[in-house]
Amino acid sequence: MLGQTRTGAARTALEGMRTALAQRFAASDAAPLDVPHLFVAETLLDLYGEDLRGRAFLFDDPSVDAELCLRPDFTVPVLQAHGAGGWDRAARYRYDGPVFRRQPAGPDRPVEYIQSGIEIIGETDTVRADVDVCAALHGGLSDLGVASPDVTIGDLSILIAVLDALEMPSARRAALRRHLWRPKRFQTLLDRAVDGVALSPEIAALAGRPTETRLDDLVAEAEAVGLRGLDEVSARIDAMAAEAAAPRMPRAERALINAVIAIDGPADRAPERLRTILDGLGDAVTPVLARFEARLEALAAAGLDPASMRFEASFGRNLEYYDGFVFEMRAPGGAVHPPLAGGGRYDAITMRLGAARAVPAVGGIVRPEAVLEVVR
Amino acid sequence: MSDLIIGLPSKGRLRDDTMAWFADRGVEIQRDGSEREYAASVAGLDGVSVAMLSAGEMPRELASGRIHIGVTGEDLIRERMADHERIVRMPAAMGFGHADLVVAVPAVWADVRTMHDLDEAAHAFLERHRQPMRIATKYHALTRAFFAEHGVADYRLVDSQGATEAGPKNLTCEAIVDITSSGETLRANHLRTLDDGLILASQAMLCVSQTADWPAATRASFAALAGRMGLASDDPQA
Repeated sequence: MLGQTRTGAARTALEGMRTALAQRFAASDAAPLDVPHLFVAETLLDLYGEDLRGRAFLFDDPSVDAELCLRPDFTVPVLQAHGAGGWDRAARYRYDGPVFRRQPAGPDRPVEYIQSGIEIIGETDTVRADVDVCAALHGGLSDLGVASPDVTIGDLSILIAVLDALEMPSARRAALRRHLWRPKRFQTLLDRAVDGVALSPEIAALAGRPTETRLDDLVAEAEAVGLRGLDEVSARIDAMAAEAAAPRMPRAERALINAVIAIDGPADRAPERLRTILDGLGDAVTPVLARFEARLEALAAAGLDPASMRFEASFGRNLEYYDGFVFEMRAPGGAVHPPLAGGGRYDAITMRLGAARAVPAVGGIVRPEAVLEVVR
Repeated sequence: MSDLIIGLPSKGRLRDDTMAWFADRGVEIQRDGSEREYAASVAGLDGVSVAMLSAGEMPRELASGRIHIGVTGEDLIRERMADHERIVRMPAAMGFGHADLVVAVPAVWADVRTMHDLDEAAHAFLERHRQPMRIATKYHALTRAFFAEHGVADYRLVDSQGATEAGPKNLTCEAIVDITSSGETLRANHLRTLDDGLILASQAMLCVSQTADWPAATRASFAALAGRMGLASDDPQA
């Protein structure tokens, strides 16, 4: 489904909603920011990989000798704009305009729709920033006539902290962290860690040879083609041998990780569930649990009752940039509509966009057109 | 005009095999005019006309509904149509035009036998070279879907419309995804397929457009053709 043409009352209604949201975000001290619709695709490809092509519209422009991309969201261009003025400062931005997304065939999802959003970058009181974004969107929806949306929250920093707290070889931890956002692959890696891996006879033989002459027989048979060097092949053979020799992950640890991932229920009950499951991990997870509880309290103070929110621990694992608090708001009982609002924390991508270290960053958007469908 | 339009491959081995396949099922396709003229008709069936097309155009013509029936490789159907089930039904695998779409890496990569290995090698490559591993192919959609299914993310597709196997040697890519039948060309270019790197075992398929117009007269022609050929269903859309 393409974007919509609007005139008359429908256009006026939508414009009113966009204005109301802008006012709501301005009240959270967010300054307006315009970013281009089109930008060079390379940055986004580096962040999202080839999967981006399934989600966004990319095309070649010979006149600029680069592949261009219609923005699939505001987050990256807003971060880039912020970074261009220096990463070492705090700022709040609001924006409003269309984004462009490829959609899976079938249900009528628009490929062009309006996002009105707010991003808070560089604020070290992360709980406050998380809650300010969430409350601004919640208040915005209320202004538009959706008083009590169904709210789902998650927090990927918990799962990350659990992986950091468990004792395991660093290569295993790195692989699990890298695939946190690919649940099926993540599970395969967990199973490998528990079941152990046996080296094939060929690799075992190669691993037993001295590095310098390890691949001589192979090179005699087939030419070494390509940019990936024999030293890289050899290094990975060592890594494979190390993986095979590494202690297996205890079944109880896999069960613990999966128990965290499986938490799905009222948010007010989540801290207790988490404390029970993570009991044995001690101090390593204390800060992240404390932050989670402080956030729930601050959400409650901002009018978002944890008892009426759903906490889903695996929420946000489908989008590779969220690494902390995530949330989504839907029309009450309205699973058929797209989410009306959503967002989350994505500190880590600031580094990949050029920040010297991870800069706290959180943001979210409302989809006024989806709201219009609901309140009409 | 409510003719049932059959799109047939216009050239080469695929054309000859297709003609023979139809002939074996009692459908004689007569080439009109000279050998070089792209026109044909079906003997003894009224309301059926034949369009000679290149196999590569077949998915587009099926999707637009300009042809009702077409013959092309399953690889092209799956690569070119995001939701092929909505656009075509494939009531018969035709038993020729076999080609495997595979992931192949340099044979000296002793450490890379599986997609799991490729993921780890690709990540290490990214860290080492500060650029993603390049995979050359013309099958972009199928490659992306297969790599995503296996959780391989640290790579970049490089478009290659021919001589893809030479890419690693020419340093234009590190690995490839390409069609192979015997594996000879891969071996000659010092490449080897991954153990679990078979993306699709493709062959020529009889395709029925679901997006074409199917007025009663055209349905009747389809039913007559399907009856003569012994297809399981005489309804083009069921």
